[in-house]
Amino acid sequence: MSKRKSKDDSLSIGECISLVQKILRERICCQKSNGKPFGVEMQQKHLLELLKRTVVHGESNSVLIIGPRGFGKTMLLNSVLTELLGMKHIKGNVLIVQLNGLLQTDDRIALKEITRQLNLENVIGERVFGSFAENLAFLLEALKKGDRNSSRSVLFILDEFDLFAHHKNQTLLYNLFDISQSAQTPIAVVGLTCRLDVLELLEKRVKSRFSHRQIHLLTSCDFKQYVIMFQQQLLLPEDFPDKSFAEEWNQNIRFLSRDASVEEILKKHFFLSKDFRSLHLLLMRVLCRVTVSNKTIKPADLIEASHLCTMDSKANILHGLSVLELCLIIAMKHLNDVYDGEPFNFQMVYNEFQKFVQRKAHSVYNYEKPVVIKAFEHLHQLELVKPMDGPSVRIQKEYQLVKLLLDNSQIMEALQRYPQCPTDVKQWAASAFA
Amino acid sequence: MPDQTPFPTYMKDVLLRLKKQLPCRDNEVSMLLSLFGEPQHYSYPSILIYGHRATGKTFVTQTVLQELKLPHAFVSMVECFTPRLLFQQILSQLSSLYPSLDEEFHCETLNDFIRIFRQLSTSNVLDQQTVYIVIDQAEVLRDMDANLLPGFLRLQELVGGNITVIFLTEIVWEKFRPNTGCLEPILFYFPDYTKAELQQILCKDRHPEFSDDLYATYINILLGVFYAVCRDLCELRHLAALNFSKFCEPLLKGEVRESDTHKLWRSIEPHLRKAMQTVYLREVSSLQWEMMQDTKEETGYLKGLSAYTHVDLPYYSKFLLIAAYLASFNPARTDKRFFLKHHGKMKKVTFLKKHEKTSNHLLGPKPFPLDRLLAIFYSIVDSRVASTANIFSQISSLVTLQLLTLVGHSDQLDSPKYKCTVSMDFICAIARTVNFDIVRYLYDFL
Ligand SMILES: Nc1ncnc2c1ncn2[C@@H]1O[C@H](COP(=O)(O)OP(=O)(O)OP(=O)(O)O)[C@@H](O)[C@H]1O
Ligand SMILES: Nc1ncnc2c1ncn2[C@@H]1O[C@H](COP(=O)(O)OP(=O)(O)OP(=O)(O)O)[C@@H](O)[C@H]1O
Ligand SMILES: [Mg+2]
Ligand SMILES: [Mg+2]
Repeated sequence: MSKRKSKDDSLSIGECISLVQKILRERICCQKSNGKPFGVEMQQKHLLELLKRTVVHGESNSVLIIGPRGFGKTMLLNSVLTELLGMKHIKGNVLIVQLNGLLQTDDRIALKEITRQLNLENVIGERVFGSFAENLAFLLEALKKGDRNSSRSVLFILDEFDLFAHHKNQTLLYNLFDISQSAQTPIAVVGLTCRLDVLELLEKRVKSRFSHRQIHLLTSCDFKQYVIMFQQQLLLPEDFPDKSFAEEWNQNIRFLSRDASVEEILKKHFFLSKDFRSLHLLLMRVLCRVTVSNKTIKPADLIEASHLCTMDSKANILHGLSVLELCLIIAMKHLNDVYDGEPFNFQMVYNEFQKFVQRKAHSVYNYEKPVVIKAFEHLHQLELVKPMDGPSVRIQKEYQLVKLLLDNSQIMEALQRYPQCPTDVKQWAASAFA
Repeated sequence: MPDQTPFPTYMKDVLLRLKKQLPCRDNEVSMLLSLFGEPQHYSYPSILIYGHRATGKTFVTQTVLQELKLPHAFVSMVECFTPRLLFQQILSQLSSLYPSLDEEFHCETLNDFIRIFRQLSTSNVLDQQTVYIVIDQAEVLRDMDANLLPGFLRLQELVGGNITVIFLTEIVWEKFRPNTGCLEPILFYFPDYTKAELQQILCKDRHPEFSDDLYATYINILLGVFYAVCRDLCELRHLAALNFSKFCEPLLKGEVRESDTHKLWRSIEPHLRKAMQTVYLREVSSLQWEMMQDTKEETGYLKGLSAYTHVDLPYYSKFLLIAAYLASFNPARTDKRFFLKHHGKMKKVTFLKKHEKTSNHLLGPKPFPLDRLLAIFYSIVDSRVASTANIFSQISSLVTLQLLTLVGHSDQLDSPKYKCTVSMDFICAIARTVNFDIVRYLYDFL
């Protein structure tokens, strides 16, 4: 670390690469990175206004931030909070309670967590409350008393908001929204969710207390912006210590995003999903390939990374099956063709397989039935076949109805890629009738 | 990967050591290292490593983490079958990294876990190194509380530290994804070993008394028999160890020379095929298998697949079972044809529609009422039959043995229905012991 301070601003190539990795990994991997949000100025301003009204003017409020996964809900909120807390007269006037639907799985836990985050555990002591509402009111009241400044406002952040709607009677939500409507203590309730239908989850009495303010993060960018996003994620900042290295790196990134093959790959990913997180998945794999001996990103790196990203994992698993297991898959494929995807049982699969074995004069595939059953069970474990009814139904496993969770094209492709696939097996798979 | 030097450039000797310990996994090791990055840098919040059984997922991950001395916790979901056990395992392994912490945790929920974890990482003495949490057999997480899997996937965000969670599983990621989505992990596939790689790895545990070449020959023969059926390294290794002494027998006796591979093959191959039907299926235990090899001659009662010929039943129970089998697999309307002496014109009726044939044995046993069972039973037993009460008790003991099952609710006292749950081979073996030619009575085999 201390080396960076040396007067001479050129670093060794190893140090440069290490620094590049550090900077870019923080951007890509760290979910709490504090880079500048991109393309959400409107929403940012809106949210900041709302929260300022609570904190400065003591107006209670509630708002939902809605957007698909990885579209930057958390990032938007965090950047607004940083901006808010950075304002001079606000700091110390506001308390933040951060809840998450994944962690506070019921309202008892949530209340305990709120108490803890407000530092009121000692005040509560052994006190017992009649109701949830009483308890919450006491907490907010205690905030006022303990402090000379009675206008302290509380921001309740509820990440994974939809999960709170599953709590019994939605008690927490009801009480928070209720307080946000009556002007006891100024509070703001900010919910973050990826469910667009979130309002339908709320009970009527809860819904009616919600302000119905929503901030949507759905802005679907066009491809041009996507390329800019891609560039921005990879460019080195101005204050990179080794200027000439940064210059060269950034030059290369700009050059890269004009490359035809790179554009093709980005297009493919763009049409699959437009969010930052899936772009990050791609970039992470690109970044893994940056080493001292490969110190710039080349189009080939992107091609390879994209290939890894879009690999079909079922095809991978098929690749590692034994020949016997593969034969069973083919038998099931034929059954699917004959019976139009009706479920079948092991006995039928075995029968189909036997037909194939008997047509061949030689006995290469002639295994005892229990050996075949073991192979079938392995497919079961890999969840390539799925039982139609639960295990509770008492039925011999040979006759349990199952379904194959692969489609024909996946199977045929796997056969093409299968190492040293016997020709007769291939022909059998290709034959139209069993 | 064209370039085998992973990022970061670790000490050469560590890399060499890894390479030696983990043969045939060079690509995976260097990929893993480049995903990890330098200890102080961030790594992706969650990594899912998937691949077939015994492709070294556990072995490689654990060895790499240990050799590089990266701070980590390693838990297996088979051991930690409740959330509480899981949390406690992870925390106690981590607390040995942070000596300042006391041992006592009360950690029941994910909320507690995250809170304690946060305390740990704020008192982080590790210079902000990435902490790795490896969850083996991660597919079990899906069946536990719904918040666990998404929670662990975004542990980094929840705790707010430099943490990476690694999931190991043989199930593809698509089967994990919750309905409302989650933070997608980086997927990382461990390919299966090729035949040559299996050969190479298996040859590593050769017997010190024998030459490399001989052991290689042995492994080659073994793979020749088993490769088409099983590619599980652990299983193959087990089979290799069990059968090697048999392979060496002709050598030790001086009957065959080491170079005569064909003769060696001839002597061991049938033996291995038999192993496939017995030890491989766990029909006999390894110990029994070794005993069989010692005694050498075929002791009758350890014949693997045919072991069930020795289920011993009372005389009438055998007939009851046969009757039950017939009732399960023959359509009721054909009973007359089989069991009435003078069925006359029935023969002409065209039962035998082509598509119907053999379908009963494909679809499995059908339930039948008690009186049908008794009717068939009385018609196939020649001698006079003991009292009915005795017969009923034999039926219930067949149910206890799970050779028959009671279908539907057991409280349906008036008309219980049964199903026969034994296989064709089994019933044929039983029928043989009472000289009953069952195939003649089965509609499917007319
Ligand atoms: N507008 C943006 N500009 C720059 N980076 C962004 C933007 N939106 C998202 N990101 C990046 O994408 C990643 C995911 O964003 P974030 O965690 O905010 O998503 P989210 O909507 O909260 O997802 P989830 O619903 O899964 O919690 C973060 O690393 C963030 O830095
Ligand atoms: N490349 C290798 N070299 C030497 N031994 C290996 C290698 N790969 C795996 N093994 C051995 O095979 C055994 C099984 O490997 P491991 O437990 O890592 O498999 P896995 O992929 O985790 O399987 P599972 O899905 O069953 O957990 C290990 O005990 C290890 O000793
Ligand atoms: Mg979020
Ligand atoms: Mg394992």
